[in-house]
This record gives sequence, C-alpha cells and structure tokens, in this order.
Amino acid sequence: MFEIFGLSSTALFGQLLIGLINGAFYAMMSLGVAIIFGMLRIANFVHGAQYMLGAFCAWFLLNLPVLFPGSGLPEIGYWPSLIIAPIVVGVVGIVTEKLFISKVYDLEHAYGVLLTLGLALVIEGLFHVKFGSAGQPYGIPPSLQGGQNLGFMFLPNYRAWVIVASIVICFGTWYSIERTKLGAYLRAATENPVLVQAFGINVPRMLTLTYALGVGLAGLAGVMAAPIYQVSPQMGQSIIIVIFAVVVIGGMGSIFGSIVSGFMLGLIEGLTKVFYPQGSSTVIFVIMAIVLLAKPAGLFGKT
Amino acid sequence: MSETATMAKEILSVKDLNAWYGESHILHGITINVRQGEVVTLLGRNGAGKTTTLKSIMGIVKNRKGSVMFEGSELIGRTSNQIARQGIAFCPEERGIFASLNVEENLELPPVVRPGGMTVPDIYKLFPNLDERRKSQGTKLSGGEQQMLAIGRILRTGAPLLLLDEPTEGLAPVIVQQIGRIIRTLKEKGFTILLVEQNFHFASTVADRHYVIEHGEVVHSMNNDEIAANRDKLEHFLGI
Repeated sequence: MFEIFGLSSTALFGQLLIGLINGAFYAMMSLGVAIIFGMLRIANFVHGAQYMLGAFCAWFLLNLPVLFPGSGLPEIGYWPSLIIAPIVVGVVGIVTEKLFISKVYDLEHAYGVLLTLGLALVIEGLFHVKFGSAGQPYGIPPSLQGGQNLGFMFLPNYRAWVIVASIVICFGTWYSIERTKLGAYLRAATENPVLVQAFGINVPRMLTLTYALGVGLAGLAGVMAAPIYQVSPQMGQSIIIVIFAVVVIGGMGSIFGSIVSGFMLGLIEGLTKVFYPQGSSTVIFVIMAIVLLAKPAGLFGKT
Repeated sequence: MSETATMAKEILSVKDLNAWYGESHILHGITINVRQGEVVTLLGRNGAGKTTTLKSIMGIVKNRKGSVMFEGSELIGRTSNQIARQGIAFCPEERGIFASLNVEENLELPPVVRPGGMTVPDIYKLFPNLDERRKSQGTKLSGGEQQMLAIGRILRTGAPLLLLDEPTEGLAPVIVQQIGRIIRTLKEKGFTILLVEQNFHFASTVADRHYVIEHGEVVHSMNNDEIAANRDKLEHFLGI
C-alpha cells in the first residue's frame, strides 16, 4: 500500500473502481437512450424501468423453483439470463412501441417525455406494490466469485467482468451502427426516414426494432447490475436522471458521445467521492450545466 | 427508338390523381401515361405540382386519390416502401445524400428490388468521379457529384422506372450537359424515365414527350418534335 495526495492507494483505486463500474452502466444505458433518441426522436424516460425489468427477469429466472414450487421448473442462472432477459425486455419493448410510443411520433417532444415518464411510473409502481421497496438479493455467479490482489488494490472478479463486458458491448454496438450495412440503414433513416422508406425499407418496422435494441441493452445492463446493486423496483429511478445528464453531455443521439461520456462521468463521480464527497451526487449535473453553456449540442453532438 | 417507344406498352398510367398536403388540395386530377422505354418530362413553374405528382406516384404524399397503375397493378393505398419494391426508384430534388454515409455506403443503400440492375462497377464507369471519391463523406461532394450519386444509387436497384426530380437544378451548364448525356445513356439501356424539369431547353434534349402542369392540372401535352411549334405557349406557361 502507498499514499497519493495523503490518501491510501486502496481508498483511491477503490473509488476509481466504483466510478468505473458506475461508468460502465452509464455507458450501456445512455447508449440505448442515444440510439432510441437518434432514430425515434423519443426521450425514453422508461429506460430505467426497463433496466429494472432486466434485473427482475434474472431474479425471476433464478428463483423459478421457489416462486412456483412443485412445478418442477429449474433454476436458471446468471449466464442464460444474460441472453434470456434482454430478449424478454426487448419483446416488452416491441409491445410498448406498438401500443404506445408509435402513437406520439407525430406529436411534440413533450408528449413523448410525458408518455415514457408515465409508463416508467406505472411499471415501477406495479413492482413496488408487489415487491415493496426492500431489494431482492441476487448472488454473484459462482464462476466469478473471488478476486485478484493487484498489489495496490483488490479487484473482485465480477467487477472486472462487468467492465470488460460493457466495453465489448459498447464497442460492438458502435461498430454495428457505424461500420455495417444494417447500421448504414439506421444512420440513413435517422437523417431522412422518408427517403429511406421510398427506397423500399420498411421504416416503421425499423423503428420498432431499434426501440427493441435500445431497450434490450437496458435489460442486459439490468442483469449485469443485479449482483452489484440490489434488485429493487426503484433501481431504475436513481440511474435514469444521471443517464439523461450523460446523454445531454455526450450530445443527444451521439452513440460515441454517450459511451465516452458514460465512462468519463463515472470516473469523475468516483474521484469526486475521494476528494469532495459532498459534491459526488451533484458533480454530473454541474458538468452538464457547464457543457450546455459552452457547447449546447453536447461534447460530441452535431450542431 | 422513339417509334418503337410509341408502340411499346404503357408502364405507368396515372388517372385523375388528386393529392393533398394537410388541408391544401395540390393536385386536381392529373392524368398522364408513360410507355416502356420513354423519357417523359413534367414541365411547369415552381409550385405547379410537378414534385407533388412524383411524390404521389411514389406514395411519399400519402393523402391521394385517383389511380396510379404501374405494370398493371394499382399503387394507390400502398406505402412508399411497397411501391419502391414494385420497381419504381425515386431521385429527390434535394438529392437526399446522407451526410453520415460515405459515397460507397450511399451508393449501396437502396436495396435491390429486381434482378438485372446495374452493378457497382458499371455505375462507377458511368460516373468516374464517384469512383475516385468512394470513401468521402456523401455531403462533401460538389453539387454535380452529389446529383450523380443520387442518380447512380438508384440504378443498382433494378427498378425499370426512374422518377427524377429536377436533376439539373442549380448546376453549371457543363454539368447539365453531362446529366443530359447520362439520361440519354440510361434510355439506351432501356430505363423508363419520368423527369420533372423547369428548363424546357434541357428537357427538349432528352425527352420523347412533355406534359405541362399548372395549378395541379395537366394543361398541355406534346411530343418533343412539337416543342418548337409550341414555343410561345410554353413560354407563357413556364412564365419565361
């Protein structure tokens, strides 16, 4: 152990690790919000609730034998949940888009905000009635228990996995949007949906699938968050406001901006906890205000 | 070619087409037809309804009534993506080059709707400038190059009918001549073209027939060889 600025290295790197973990979730979440906003022009305030749904889905799958005793259903663990939960949440997203969100495309932005905020309140309210505000425990999968002593700090395996996985997910999503043919359709339709449709692409279906993709990412983040934060109905409420600040800082609709700002702001938040703990919950919003004053389109936004 | 064209079967037949933007009634019963292999222009002033006619055929203007028959099937009531899949390709007046896509991606964006379209190397042969700039961002091209890209990218789709909305607008005379050569080449290759133009001098160098549109109606139609005889009338309609 050694000291930096009068702090023990364990304390500093510990906070930086927490910052990086939070940043990983900010990045995965704001990525989905940015994709949805870019394509659908909808500020998806129900994203936090969809993240919560992902975590609950993993919890349900793990507790199937307890929830339905005598049904003979098996316990479905973390790894299958990483695949199943995003698909389930994505399908919920498809239904949500068809039933509700597609109805407000032609209306003012404010209606989209009111609608998605309302949906979030309803979904979170229903889960609150059923499960109360106490969190449900969700264990770290056995294969990722334990950790590594790096000398200057202790790195739990699960947290290392979350950081690596989120970087892979973010890069993979960025690559498929910026460098593939399917992504080219998405970029083109973001710019000029009318013309892309006149070329023979079913744009309404593309909107639905884009929403499902964004929402599926929130579900995936929810599963990954389950062993770190508690699985609780309000887990999405605490993150969604920060996510929107991250998206605004990165530039509304900018994929790259949301990823970079997500990790960066997680780290800044972690550092603030070390040097000025009182400011740690507001620092992101202070940065947002400064960015909006200096660069209203965000750090990576197009003016 | 023009003799055989007049004999050829109708590929597009528009009857009594009415269209609305919100509350305003823009087209008041347009009737036109285009035969296979023909180049037909819609002439008229700004705001006469030429672009709206193309957009109504294409289904981009949704609020429309009347009949649009393409190769024997009715297009009214279909969405623009279905119409494109039937075999009609649209090149918009504002060109619609995507800024977030490079030249190559722009060129390969419209899906192939029918076999027998031009290949990418064929298109680069027709537009050598685009070949040199295939990795450039689409909107970094000059106006003329953007127009060539806008035309080039719909040739890959295999659609036999091209709707071109003012391809010469805002371009230098030498580029306009080049566009004229390209349209004649496309006609030789067997494409059928419905062209919107304000410049009837240019139209007379590429087209077989012309319709003059005024206040959302066809007020005059003529073969290309009658254009000289109708010069006064045309100048009156086009407000020159």
